[in-house]
Amino acid sequence: MIPIAEIKQDIESKFLGTTLTVDGASLVIAKEHWFSIAKYLKTDPSYRLDFLSSVTGVDYKEYLEVVYHLYSIEKKEGPLAIKVRTDVQTSSVPSVTPIWRSAEFQEREAYDLVGIKFEGHPDLRRILMWEGFQFHPLRKDYVMEDQDRVL
Amino acid sequence: MGLLRFPPPVTADPPFCLADARNDRQVAMEYELKESQTLETQTLEVSLGPQHPSTHGVFRMDVVLDGETIMKLKPVMGYLHRNHEKLAENMSWLGSMPFTDRLDYICSMTNNFAYALAVEKLANLEVPERAQYIRVIMAELTRLVNHTLLIGFLLNDLGAFFTPVLYAFREREKILDLFEAIAGSRMMCNYFRFGGVKLDVTSDFIPRVRQIINNYPKFLDEFEKLLSENEILMARCQNVGILPKELAVSAGVTGPMLRASGVPYDIRKIDGYSIYNRFKFRVPIGEKGDVYDRYYMRVLEMRESIKILDQAIKEIPDGEFISKVGAQGARTPRGFKAPKGDAYGRIEAPKGELGFYLVSDGTPKPYRYHVRSPSFINLTILEDMCLGQKVADAIVILGSIDIVLGEVDR
Amino acid sequence: MIFGGGVIKGMLVTFKNFVLSYFSKEHLTTVQYPEERLPAKERYRNFPFLIFDNKPEDLRCVSCDICAKECPPKCITIVRDSDASGKPLKRPKVFDIDFSICMNCGICEEVCPFDAIFMDHEFELAEYGRFEDLNYHKEDLLKSAEHFAKIRPQDAARIDAKRAEKAQKVEPAKPQSQT
Repeated sequence: MIPIAEIKQDIESKFLGTTLTVDGASLVIAKEHWFSIAKYLKTDPSYRLDFLSSVTGVDYKEYLEVVYHLYSIEKKEGPLAIKVRTDVQTSSVPSVTPIWRSAEFQEREAYDLVGIKFEGHPDLRRILMWEGFQFHPLRKDYVMEDQDRVL
Repeated sequence: MGLLRFPPPVTADPPFCLADARNDRQVAMEYELKESQTLETQTLEVSLGPQHPSTHGVFRMDVVLDGETIMKLKPVMGYLHRNHEKLAENMSWLGSMPFTDRLDYICSMTNNFAYALAVEKLANLEVPERAQYIRVIMAELTRLVNHTLLIGFLLNDLGAFFTPVLYAFREREKILDLFEAIAGSRMMCNYFRFGGVKLDVTSDFIPRVRQIINNYPKFLDEFEKLLSENEILMARCQNVGILPKELAVSAGVTGPMLRASGVPYDIRKIDGYSIYNRFKFRVPIGEKGDVYDRYYMRVLEMRESIKILDQAIKEIPDGEFISKVGAQGARTPRGFKAPKGDAYGRIEAPKGELGFYLVSDGTPKPYRYHVRSPSFINLTILEDMCLGQKVADAIVILGSIDIVLGEVDR
Repeated sequence: MIFGGGVIKGMLVTFKNFVLSYFSKEHLTTVQYPEERLPAKERYRNFPFLIFDNKPEDLRCVSCDICAKECPPKCITIVRDSDASGKPLKRPKVFDIDFSICMNCGICEEVCPFDAIFMDHEFELAEYGRFEDLNYHKEDLLKSAEHFAKIRPQDAARIDAKRAEKAQKVEPAKPQSQT
């Protein structure tokens, strides 16, 4: 796998006007550029990240974050972890379902449990909770019914 | 249309006989056929499940049918949802270990394995050599259990009612007996700890594993004799639910499903996690990616698992079964703190890639705990595989994906 | 091979298994449960019980609440006993385990620093009620150390040795602290 600093430089040179930050072993990408960068990462022969392993929504109270873990089955490389952040008010991130089908259910799950809207998702509905459920259970401000039993 | 014709009645008032009745029916059929060409047809919406026996639990498929052909299929899940992830966020790190057993309740050992691996990655824990071997043996035994059972239930879906399942259960029980003797429970093992395993294996463990791996090929041969060349199975499974390579990769399908489509991707080989890079085994791949390939992939994988087990029990060293830090952590789960940061640990579970994404904020509880469950993501392309097939085939395709609803709904 | 040969081959397998199930133990693995029972494995775990040494008043439990806090599904409720003057005592007044919630994970046994709670082999626990009947109280949970030694001899030997060692360490220390 190419070192993360080089990936950062490469993407910044290809997509002018974006600045990426390295957070641990993952790249933080601005959500405006995420969709085109995702397409680039999948198709460019030096990456060929054709396998989107996992999509996770995380609530950090100040902002929401979507974490993508990308692998390359063709080159047998990976992982490249990518974080895309959004503020709580808008809470929307471009959907990558047109690029990787595996995002379809996982984005629906992140929408359902964390409440991140994925723009451009073909069928963004709740998947695990029932329709008409008001809340997003994995938000940190969600109050559980049995709060008193928690350690 | 070459319809059977009977001579017209000779007498003016003929006696009513069988031939006449038949003739009447033929006329009626011809009439119906003519009518049906002008009649309007309409599609039928059927809700397969959630209480359908062949959905392997509480899973629903909303199907739109034209006759028997599937025009549209929407999987509906969540009937078994208990928000495992939220529960884990309110618990010590070790506290969620028994809950991971209940994700994919057929292979609890591999669930434990993936979680332990992710936490060890996060907290930089060492695992003693002996524990690594015990883990690999347990994981491969679990693979045998899962694949055996899957084949049994796939045949159930095909209509071979319970004979293969009971043969599968008979063999599985031997392995579950071993799990019970080692871990204390047949299915909810809760056996792995961060930095090792809960208890050392008993002295009769190695002979018993050896007995299992000596007998298993015989069972597999018998099983294959029963099934692999069976014409009914071949007719029902071959060229059904074909999953092309590109779609499989793009849809994040993993495990035997992906390999059946012809992609040689096995995380045991790629990542070489734990000590898998020490063992010699081959990764079988399929040609077409149909249901039959998926069935046969499991048989081949079991044979490879037996090879791994054989090597592992020969090489297993003596020593500690859990590191000191790990033992301390197991005794005081709330005292165990992972350093700040995040980690993604994944393993090749019997059903595919099982990953845990963990975020720690330095407290005794995980800040975020995400399960990337193979059954859930493998369901993404269920509709693509079923379109244009018959309803009965959809059941078989679903069976060949190998879902466990505990893991799909979490 | 002729068409249909695979089916015939499969039928021969089932026929072989059918015949052998009358003669070989390998092929007939079922057990007629209530009359016949499989031997219990020592490490088998079901619901927990509280252990006492000689008489039921000598509970090992000191009501430290560790198991209740570590219990993943939170099925244990402990209330500490106190004497007439309100001074807390080292024994539980209430010790309830809700068996409808307990999931037999064995974490309480692992975390108990006083070896006071262990997993039992008893599994025939059907009740008529769903709530109060399955909420086992202290009296229902008490079982003797002999019972423990009977169901899990190896663990009992190990734990007795550990306790004896601990007791030896404590006893010589006592006169020193008094002087």
